[in-house]
Amino acid sequence: MSDQGSFRLSPERAAERVAYSISLRKRREKRFLFLGKFAVAVALGFLVLLFAGILSKGIPGLFQHYVTLDVQLDAERLDPSGQRTIESLADGDFDGVVRDALYEVLGGPTGRKAKRQARKLISSGSGQRLMQHVLDNPDQMGSTVALQFAVDDDVDTFLRGLISRDTPEADRRVSDQMISYIDLLQAEGRISYEISDYLFFGSASRDAEMAGIRGALVGSILTLLVCIVIAFPLGVATAVYLEEMAPKNRFTEIIEININNLAAVPSVVFGIMGLAIFIVIFGMPRSIPLVGGIVLALMTLPTIIISSRASIRAVPPSIRDAALGVGASKMQTITHHVLPLAMPGMLTGTIIGMAQALGETAPLLMIGMVAFIVDVPSGVTDPGTVLPVQIFMWADFAERMFIQKTSAAIIVLLAFLISMNAAAILLRKKLERRW
Amino acid sequence: MSFVNLVLSVLVIGAVFFILGQRTATAHHSASTIKLHSRPHYHGLWVAITSTIPALLVLLVIGLGKDLLFQHWVSDFFPPQVAGGDAVDRAIALAKISNVVDGIIFGEVEPWVQSAGEAWIRWESDAIVVANILVLGASLTGGLLGYQRISLGFRARNNVERILTWMLIGSSTVAIFTTIGIVLSVLFESIRFFKLIPPQDFLFGLEWNPQFEGAERAGSGGGTATYGMVPMFVGTFLISFIALAVAVPVGLFSAIYLAEYATPRVRGIVKPLLEILAGVPTVVYGFFAALTVAPVVKSVGESVGLEVASESALAAGLVMGVMIIPFISSLSDDVINAVPQALRDAAFGLGSTKSEAVRQVVLPAALPGIVAAVILAVSRAVGETMIVVMAAGLAANLSVNPLDAVTTVTSQIVTILVGDQEFESAKTLSAFALALMLIVTTLALNYFALQIVKKYREQYE
Repeated sequence: MSDQGSFRLSPERAAERVAYSISLRKRREKRFLFLGKFAVAVALGFLVLLFAGILSKGIPGLFQHYVTLDVQLDAERLDPSGQRTIESLADGDFDGVVRDALYEVLGGPTGRKAKRQARKLISSGSGQRLMQHVLDNPDQMGSTVALQFAVDDDVDTFLRGLISRDTPEADRRVSDQMISYIDLLQAEGRISYEISDYLFFGSASRDAEMAGIRGALVGSILTLLVCIVIAFPLGVATAVYLEEMAPKNRFTEIIEININNLAAVPSVVFGIMGLAIFIVIFGMPRSIPLVGGIVLALMTLPTIIISSRASIRAVPPSIRDAALGVGASKMQTITHHVLPLAMPGMLTGTIIGMAQALGETAPLLMIGMVAFIVDVPSGVTDPGTVLPVQIFMWADFAERMFIQKTSAAIIVLLAFLISMNAAAILLRKKLERRW
Repeated sequence: MSFVNLVLSVLVIGAVFFILGQRTATAHHSASTIKLHSRPHYHGLWVAITSTIPALLVLLVIGLGKDLLFQHWVSDFFPPQVAGGDAVDRAIALAKISNVVDGIIFGEVEPWVQSAGEAWIRWESDAIVVANILVLGASLTGGLLGYQRISLGFRARNNVERILTWMLIGSSTVAIFTTIGIVLSVLFESIRFFKLIPPQDFLFGLEWNPQFEGAERAGSGGGTATYGMVPMFVGTFLISFIALAVAVPVGLFSAIYLAEYATPRVRGIVKPLLEILAGVPTVVYGFFAALTVAPVVKSVGESVGLEVASESALAAGLVMGVMIIPFISSLSDDVINAVPQALRDAAFGLGSTKSEAVRQVVLPAALPGIVAAVILAVSRAVGETMIVVMAAGLAANLSVNPLDAVTTVTSQIVTILVGDQEFESAKTLSAFALALMLIVTTLALNYFALQIVKKYREQYE
């Protein structure tokens, strides 16, 4: 047999081989498609896992346990000098009054140890809360009112069932005595599980039950305000210049390279620049939303410029030609025609940039926005913190209740981000014009 | 008047000048038969600009310059040992004085600090008076000078437009200044660092053990400080590698599925859902990694008898991979969609199945773009901060075992720079040197990706 013969197939053999290869190829096709679907499923699975993890911890974090106590608002004890002002109330024994109300409900614990155990049931901020109530309702002085006080974070964790009664007493943070008190309070129906007002109206606190995001939320809003006031005009102006006026020369090229580089620089580096320039050289104070906003503005500038340029480019040249044709100047063409038409796209890009800035943490850590600040900032030069940094700080705390509070704060942050992005999408859908 | 009020009054004066200019131009117009060169509101704008911009510039100069000037003046009050001392002594002296100025007084204040503080307060109140006079003066004279030029033939529009153009050019240089700011701020401190620690020790050192000089002097630190960046870069690339091992297959196959197989409806639903992953703040991923993923990794690893650190590189890398999935998938999606349909049609015409067309025609054609996307993803992973700060360890182990705790460049930077810094110590300065390396690495990766795209893009155009 010659060599040639071995390459010649009989028609039957060929058909057989083709049939075999077709089934093989079809199987491969199926496998490939499966891989694609599997990859999408994995990616979406991660998404579900992430959100399920956050929501399952965070939704309970939006609530906390309160105990209702009948407090005697004794004017003698609460306001010795009788002026009903913050200064005079500061001398009042609010903690003592709350404590007495608690002892009464618990049937008057005797002995220092029992009293101490009883005191550990309620939040150490209860006196403060009562003082606020008296300030808001001065006419109730002298009467007895039923008020809700947050329980201590360990008690809260116990009430959620996360601390088992079966663990030996030495190993759990809630003693047997406290458990019996809690049972007593529950039997009387004094313990309630409600939406946490501390979370939304409280400020940073080392006590988990009192910690809230109000300060961080206000800080975030102030920082974003500074950021948008700086980044939006600068971004739009840069985009207009580069798209409409810039000659094709070395200078323009340098600007474009720099914008692309800035988009690639890790965010933490912007924080380092903020630290070295604004804080060390210009001597601006640390932790203030003003510096935070400037740093975030420089960071989001490339995003805004790139999207603004895209939307300016999308305005058809015929519009410009028409405006120029009826005698408008270059600047008039831009301000009267191009900018209004490109505005929806620019706003969309700005909102997306702001959403990015809202979620950013690392650069703000560098400029000291991690300080523990109790007061709510009242201006851009007051020290403050922002929501993501608050989340970062809480995530470090060991108390179990902080895990839930952190997750709850994350839910709030994500709600803001999702609504901002939804607003951007809606805006684009509503105002975008196809030419 | 405070600075805010001063700005507001300058703006009010500007608004008054605007109305005045517009009115005058209109009056000129109606009093004459010749037409105005520019519409009246351009005259108004012109006057408003001449009154506000010089005034605001003066204010800016005063605001930025006064503290520097006072710091210079106040050094006359320093006693000889401070004036002759080094930068640290002077910084401490200035801090003491500024405490007195702010009214924060702890215990006994040295007499020279007290008198310097009082002088500072005096200068501060003088500065406000001077600023008021200069700024309001500049605003009024500027406005009046501009106002005088209003006439029928005055080319107000051209002037206003020229100024606007310059403002646009000025805005676009902010990007340049930011880059310069970043480079200089990192470079200067890095140079100071390299004066303390030789560059070769930093670049090739295998041990990272930063300590404050104070601790070293006091003898409380165990051993001397060493600054070798190798362990951190190994850790960074280990975590990035794990992240890419997750993100590249998942992202790429998702992109292929979405671009080639999915119906428009599925695509319309899945794509935005994947984008959500990109929009989740990194601090949330960090929390998820530290709290949910790390314990799972640890318990799974231990159940099969492996020793897993509680802050393992694997947990941080996995979560970072999830974060990067949408990045890879959307970039690859764009690249795959950019492959001309004719190539696919040709493959189908030769009888290939869809997967064969994708594997043998579309992917090779899209490969440069996909490689660029992967490189960009590496640069993203290298610069990512919060996940590693929260989920990776701080121990600078030189290890490529994903189950060990490693540390990364970004997490060291954050650890060193958060809180109080001592700007003279090698430890603080080392963060800037690390940042310099980080910038160099990410920019090099981006440049590399750009070159790949540039080189191969023209094939189909």
